[in-house]
Amino acid sequence: MPKELLSPLPGTFYRRPAPDKPAYKNEGDEVAIGDVIGLIEVMKSFNEVKAETAGKIVKFLADNEEPVMAGQPLAEIA
Amino acid sequence: MVKVLKPGLSTTVQDLGRPGYYNIGIPLSGGMDRLATRAANMLVGNDEGAAVLEAVFMGPELEFTADAMVAVTGAELPPKVDGAARETWTSFAVKKGQVLSFEFLKKGARAYIAISGGIDVPVVLGSRSTYTLGALGGFKGRKLEAGDELPVGSGKSVKEGRSIPANLRRVNGNPAELRMVPGLYWHRITETAGKHFFEDIWKVAPEADRIGYRFKGGRPLEFVPRTPPFGAGSDPSNIVDACYPYGSIQVPGGTEPIVLHRDAVSGGGYFMVGTVISADMDLIGQLQPHTPARFVSVDLEGALKAREEREAHLHKVRASLS
Repeated sequence: MPKELLSPLPGTFYRRPAPDKPAYKNEGDEVAIGDVIGLIEVMKSFNEVKAETAGKIVKFLADNEEPVMAGQPLAEIA
Repeated sequence: MVKVLKPGLSTTVQDLGRPGYYNIGIPLSGGMDRLATRAANMLVGNDEGAAVLEAVFMGPELEFTADAMVAVTGAELPPKVDGAARETWTSFAVKKGQVLSFEFLKKGARAYIAISGGIDVPVVLGSRSTYTLGALGGFKGRKLEAGDELPVGSGKSVKEGRSIPANLRRVNGNPAELRMVPGLYWHRITETAGKHFFEDIWKVAPEADRIGYRFKGGRPLEFVPRTPPFGAGSDPSNIVDACYPYGSIQVPGGTEPIVLHRDAVSGGGYFMVGTVISADMDLIGQLQPHTPARFVSVDLEGALKAREEREAHLHKVRASLS
């Protein structure tokens, strides 16, 4: 049963730790609980988004630099 | 006492603020949404000006070391007691040893968590509010951190399930409409720019905070040419330093309006197109990043009428609980 990883915050979603760095995770990658899959920027701070279930990232549901609302699905993990 | 297990993103102690020191650069502070601050306190039997927790976008996780009555108002940030869902805008009991946590944010931006007895941090210059930029008041002058132990006063006993009717909980329109009185520096922009300013839909920028709410996405303002007066910078948005009212809208470089809020800086060198009326300041505190908003021009009479309506609304909230 695939699970959606929801954004804990409203803000801007980033899939990379810095513009010149590779993405934290790509589709098809394995993730463990607590693995960072992206950042949400809000109020001048960057907050890590961590996987709450272990599995494989089926797909990302939000793009890099996309504005997101709290509770919006960011990725599907199965 | 309440133990902070997880602090949330930026959770601070706030009351109705610290008036009287803005002239020396210390802003009012206090809950950004004052109606929600008052309502949370009313629900748990506190004075309306008791200190509550203001949680932004994300709730904290709190362990109670004594029984208490709790209410969460403002943003729709659904509370849970030991994992079991509770209603917002409604008082509920938390027993000694239980943990208060929160679901993801559903609506709005700032939730107000009142605990019977109020958060009993020391009063600094007449208020328990946190002014983080000045490291003043609240809990050690800063936002909460894991491990903090918050003192709680002794409360009156009130019933569980006291609730404020849904029609008295204010919600933002879409786009949110912020009423403003055009200001002293309005003449600095062209007539066309003034028209665009009110026509355009602006969006809340992610960097909006308690000091100022920044908006993006409208057309840049065009300035009336001038020779800069002595003391003003060469940028057309610069002025000779002046006082900044709460709610004043500065537009550095003419591109992104910033509405100063409860932790405002008291003066500086940017021109202001106007001032958001006091009746709509609460509403700004509930805007999430990327929320569309537009500015609506009102005159002073309109602003005072809106203030009266706000006061009448507050009376209705009080009456609904008595």
